[in-house]
Amino acid sequence: MSLTLRVNGKSHTVDVEPSTPLLYILRNDLGLQGPRFGCGLGQCGACTVIVNGVATRSCITPASSVKSEITTLEGIAKEGKLHPLQQAWIDEQVPQCGFCQNGQIMTAKALLDKNPKPTDAQIREAMNRTLCRCMTYYRIQAAIKRAVKVVAAGHAGTKKEVVA
Amino acid sequence: MRTFTKVPERVEDVLRNMGGTTSRRDLFKSAGMLVVSFAAAGTSPIAPPLRAQGPAPPAGPYPDIDFHQLDSWIVIHEDNSATFYVGKTDCGQGTGTSFRQLMSDELDVAYDKTSCIMGTTDITVDQGGSGGSTAMERDSWPMRRVAAEARRVLLGMGSARLGVPVDQLAVSEGVITVKGDPARSVTYGQLIGGKRFNVTLTGDNSNATAGKAAVKPVQELKNVGLSPQRYDIPAKVDGSLKWAVDVKLPGMVHARNVKPPVAGAKLVSIDESSVRGMPGLVKVVSKGNYVAVVCEREEQAINASRRLKVNWEKPAASPFPSSENLFGYMRDVTPTSSANPIVVGNPETTFPTAAKVIEADYDIPFQGHTAISPAHATADPSNGQMTIYSNDMKSYGMRIGVAAFLGIPREKVRVVWMEGPQGYGRTAAEDAGCEAAYLANEIGRPVRVQWMRSEETAWDTKAPAFAVSMKGGLDAAGNLIALDYNARAADYNHVGYNEADTVLIAQFMGSRRAKPAAGSSATPGEVYAIPHRRMTAHVVSLPMIWETPLRTGNLRDPNGPQSTFASESFIDELAAAAKADPLEFRMKLLTASTADDRGFRRARSIAALKAVADTYGWDRRPSPKTRGAGEILTGRGMAYAFRGQTVVAEIAEVEVNRRTGHVWVKHLVCAHDCGLVINPQSLRHTIECAMLHSISRTLYEEVQFDTEKVTSVDWNSHPTLTHADAPEKIEVILVNGDPNPKRSDLAPYGAGEAACKPMLAAIANAIFDATGVRLRRIPLRAPRVLAALKAAQV
Repeated sequence: MSLTLRVNGKSHTVDVEPSTPLLYILRNDLGLQGPRFGCGLGQCGACTVIVNGVATRSCITPASSVKSEITTLEGIAKEGKLHPLQQAWIDEQVPQCGFCQNGQIMTAKALLDKNPKPTDAQIREAMNRTLCRCMTYYRIQAAIKRAVKVVAAGHAGTKKEVVA
Repeated sequence: MRTFTKVPERVEDVLRNMGGTTSRRDLFKSAGMLVVSFAAAGTSPIAPPLRAQGPAPPAGPYPDIDFHQLDSWIVIHEDNSATFYVGKTDCGQGTGTSFRQLMSDELDVAYDKTSCIMGTTDITVDQGGSGGSTAMERDSWPMRRVAAEARRVLLGMGSARLGVPVDQLAVSEGVITVKGDPARSVTYGQLIGGKRFNVTLTGDNSNATAGKAAVKPVQELKNVGLSPQRYDIPAKVDGSLKWAVDVKLPGMVHARNVKPPVAGAKLVSIDESSVRGMPGLVKVVSKGNYVAVVCEREEQAINASRRLKVNWEKPAASPFPSSENLFGYMRDVTPTSSANPIVVGNPETTFPTAAKVIEADYDIPFQGHTAISPAHATADPSNGQMTIYSNDMKSYGMRIGVAAFLGIPREKVRVVWMEGPQGYGRTAAEDAGCEAAYLANEIGRPVRVQWMRSEETAWDTKAPAFAVSMKGGLDAAGNLIALDYNARAADYNHVGYNEADTVLIAQFMGSRRAKPAAGSSATPGEVYAIPHRRMTAHVVSLPMIWETPLRTGNLRDPNGPQSTFASESFIDELAAAAKADPLEFRMKLLTASTADDRGFRRARSIAALKAVADTYGWDRRPSPKTRGAGEILTGRGMAYAFRGQTVVAEIAEVEVNRRTGHVWVKHLVCAHDCGLVINPQSLRHTIECAMLHSISRTLYEEVQFDTEKVTSVDWNSHPTLTHADAPEKIEVILVNGDPNPKRSDLAPYGAGEAACKPMLAAIANAIFDATGVRLRRIPLRAPRVLAALKAAQV
């Protein structure tokens, strides 16, 4: 069936089975590379996109069920400037292999959009089901805290030293 | 700190169309360089590696890149920038950035003006890819030497151009100037940009490659010791990086495997009517016990592979004992091989003289690589050649393996290395490359294959299980006088690197090597001076060795975490039996001899233990501490090991919840001596993550199975470390314990794996310190810990 999705501010019409998981359409029809297959079970978070402000596992979300705007990793930079979380990820040198980091960044973004000043416990809780097999958790949490500070201060960070 | 933010050219940048390629021609073109036509010369190595002109990908064949040609390693562009071509793959530890630091230092070009291309077999020399923590320790040396040689050659050219002897020239950031007359200068780009060096190098293999120039003394390396940001990270956080999973080719189809439901099952028949008429179905492919479904779209292949009805016949006998009965089996069975024991003194006659003898058994289960994404590869059979797009860490080995598997000359095969999920050894024994190549050959179209989660977790390669028995004898003063270490590793028929006859698809198709790989066990890595000791390492086999989901492969320090868990837990048990402080007990064993071994490992071990204890603020007392009264019990434990020449000492501080059995490693300290440090920040992060990887292996990871199949199939049945487990504080101290720390020839040693080794024991020792309960069976999941606490009435 013909399906229209709004992704990162643009409309796309695709012809697929309605039960097709959103992930495969984003990747294979729209050519996006942020969301990635990790488990297909909604357990790891590598496929995360944001729908209606909610971090959503696109690998178990039927495309036909999505009626709202979808934001992927490619869509969070604004006017050529990285999102503060993306910048914090670079400043903090978070990734090892980096494969899961789409899910880490998008889950963190959904958290900060709702709660701009999360406590350490809230960060752990919100991020807990987003897995990293390189085990960059400590560095990810440092980067989230860095981004929180940068946003609260109302400017992009200039100091390049890692904070943790 | 200097910052470096420029993202250089990468292989992905020049994958301009995915029917296209990453030829050096494109790179030269992009730098405005002359393209020199070159006819590939049959099977002989190509020299230099410039390719014939043509609009799209080099059609092949793809001869080896000649490491004897300087042009194979370094290209200087007219704008005075340089591209380095190295035969390595960066698995996420930032090795590419470190190679650039070293090579730009030796070449004397600005770091920001360099880029590094890695791992694609038809454009980079074969250095074997990655593995064994060898990036800096071994493989950076030829890179330094060729960069130094390029500098020497360029200085010679500069001398001729400027009419001044070389010894009167200075060079900085790619600009050669006359000493005392800096107005007279010429750049590298002016001398050679757009042209070849045409310099022949020497050496019997790529890692022995050398020119006439010597490398610089450490003190003259300007970028080494700084922490430029990793060049690969920006594209990994903005979504622009094209990973191996992202490859899309014209006409490409998608494949999914159908694995046997139980290990050792034989395919009886396939009911193709079960998928007939399904949308997009291209073909059901099978040979032997290998089955795959190919469809036009990815989700169609997934659906069809689930729907396909296959009749399997179970094997007559169980392929393995259950994971609960594994260790009993391993201790009872006759080993397939036993290494000659390492014997010091006379332990047999010493044990009876000991005032106290203690014994303990340690069990470490099979642990999976379980990369965050399953195995995947895309194969393109165009032009009668075979191109594999893969994240194989040993891409050069994959090229040879695929060629042998398909029975075609290796010149017809190239592997384009692209980034992928790190499996810490999983892609050393990669499976999807041969599968994609086989299917592409069958279908005659490009095929992308990806495993599913349950398939990967159940069927990926495993770190061998270990059953270790320890025995120690103390004299009346509490000195360790005799030690016996006896390890059994379930590692028979260990899978090699991209071997055409042992890769899983080959096994499913009936390949049986006459002499299976012997496998390996391990003895501990420490330099304790124990007057009488015996160390024995055996390998045992499970009943079924072919087509088994319990095939073993190299997982991040293949046997080190297992052997060190036993040896360093037991040292702690001995210290407790001697009522000695665990640090002092170890120090006594290290200082009992003044004889050092290679690489000053004794001196460096002592330095690392001191550094870790000082940083943590180790209070000297025996373990366990006086038990607290609250719900949370705290304690600290240490362990130490070396891996090769790298020495690591670690302290873990834990909280144990006596009501739930949950363990949180709250604070970690690591003292790490790997000699010369190239990029301290990258190194620290690698060490952090290695330690956390081992926390995961300590607390959570076990491949569980019944007597016919693996039952760990996803992240619920195979738990891993999560954000909630992240330590509150991690301190990494980079130690240089060399007796001559400022030596000009200080060498870098491996750093990708060493920090994994001591962590299991450090945690178990900390739990003992907190609770007085000794845990000897990995993993330390909450129910196991709680049961042990209850049994000890904690």
